Amino acid sequence: MEVEECEIHSVIGPNGAGKSTLAYLLMGIGGYEPQEGSVHFNGEDVTQFTITQRAKLGITLAWQEPARFEGLTVRDYLSIGAGSTGKVLENTLRHALEMVDLSPEKYLYREVSEALSGGERKRIEMASILTMKPKLAILDEPDSGIDVVSLKEVIALIQDLKKNGSSVLVITHRDEIAAASDKASLMCDGMIVKTGSPAEISDFFKKKCKPCDVKAYGSKGD
Amino acid sequence: MDVIDLDTSAEFTAMVDAYEQSGGDSSVLKMADVSSLVVSGNKILGANQTEGVVLDKKSTKSGVDIVLTIKKGYQIPNPIHLCFGVLPKEGLQQINVTMIAEEDASVELIAHCTFPNAEHVVHKMDGKIIIHKNASLIYNETHFHGIKGGVEVIPKVKIKIEEGGRYNTGFTLVSGRVGLLDLDYEVDAGKDTICELIAKVYGRGEDKILIKEKVLLNGENARSVIKSRVAISDDAVAEFTGVTEGHAPHARGHVDCVEVVQGNAIAKAVPIVMVDNPLAKVTHEAAIGSVDKKQVETLCARGLEENEAVDAIVKGMLK
Repeated sequence: MEVEECEIHSVIGPNGAGKSTLAYLLMGIGGYEPQEGSVHFNGEDVTQFTITQRAKLGITLAWQEPARFEGLTVRDYLSIGAGSTGKVLENTLRHALEMVDLSPEKYLYREVSEALSGGERKRIEMASILTMKPKLAILDEPDSGIDVVSLKEVIALIQDLKKNGSSVLVITHRDEIAAASDKASLMCDGMIVKTGSPAEISDFFKKKCKPCDVKAYGSKGD
Repeated sequence: MDVIDLDTSAEFTAMVDAYEQSGGDSSVLKMADVSSLVVSGNKILGANQTEGVVLDKKSTKSGVDIVLTIKKGYQIPNPIHLCFGVLPKEGLQQINVTMIAEEDASVELIAHCTFPNAEHVVHKMDGKIIIHKNASLIYNETHFHGIKGGVEVIPKVKIKIEEGGRYNTGFTLVSGRVGLLDLDYEVDAGKDTICELIAKVYGRGEDKILIKEKVLLNGENARSVIKSRVAISDDAVAEFTGVTEGHAPHARGHVDCVEVVQGNAIAKAVPIVMVDNPLAKVTHEAAIGSVDKKQVETLCARGLEENEAVDAIVKGMLK
């Protein structure tokens, strides 16, 4: 599969299809090395690159369940990878928190620990992606743990990333997020079965794809 | 206010410098409205006591004897600052201290213990803390032992909290080397009391860290938390023993230990929880191992090198 520059590309598929595995593989997470094939970024083969090397090229990942950090404040966390200092950094962090609907006054000096709810952690994870201004943001189910009302905000954030020059690969179960993408891919049993417009892929997934048929669809290239 | 003494000798200046090095704000040692005590070896270099604070101190052959009393009903507005240290490469400092917070009194103490040049220094503290009815005492102690690891620090403190009293203590030793730390605190917690013991230590080289904290929940509704955060690297060893015993109805205690191990370091955690009253409850959790992989990967995905990510995580844990 390919993700174009400034493209929102969603990956949908049943549970256990390997969507999160794909996200980890693209980020270079240990234990998720490809058994075959390769990962290229801007024409460069990055298959053997470490997470840090990929991050320095502009690739980053927002986890489905973000890590918690005892003693690390939201400010500390967002500053990592922000690539600025002083007043510019301060403004960037505040703006990023406002973008995810969190008050900078209330959150900037709170710990990124269990004291925050899952929803708050997800928003902070998105804020950290915004501060990093990546070339490719891989978002693993950015909507999980966030209420339905906030789904529109998630979609708006993804579109903001694109507007600011990022490509976005988003793993999702939500039709609304897939529909807001430029392109979608269906993944089943560790394979990209089909790539096309979001409507086409969503329709195909709902009408034709059953987990037991996955390999057949893949082999037919349907 | 009673300014007892203020030494302006080179030794005082050196102690103040060392105090700054260990993270203290030396300006408070000269403020008239802040109680303070500065001790180098067995010499009392500076002391100040404010209203509601009675500070008895006496130099001994190898240290000082101190009795600090917060008078009944006094809420001391500014923290009391204590500065202990040994400036030469070798020496013994024996601190015998009794702290008393009388009924309804409230106070915060900030202690800095600094041994910047130590090659073979022993710092012993035998302490007794009594917190009377509805009194509150917060005691935060930060250590700086220099970079050679030539310090043995052996604090032994017994604390008694009477009905409605509150005791919070924090012990921090995260800069420079540890040498040997053998910390032993024991708390007797009475009815409706609250007690929190936090220790944060970073060991390197061949440092040896022994932390034993014990809380006896002897009074109804007594509450306690023992929390330790230890990071060790190189060939350091650490052993944490957290004991909580629930002996009274509705007593609640928790022991929480995290030890992060790098290099050839060895860590051991021994949580001991005991309850002999059916209405009491004591819980514990302990985690020992390397830094959480997902945390490291998360920070690497923001562009940090792996060692930078580990450093940031450990520093956060010990902050």
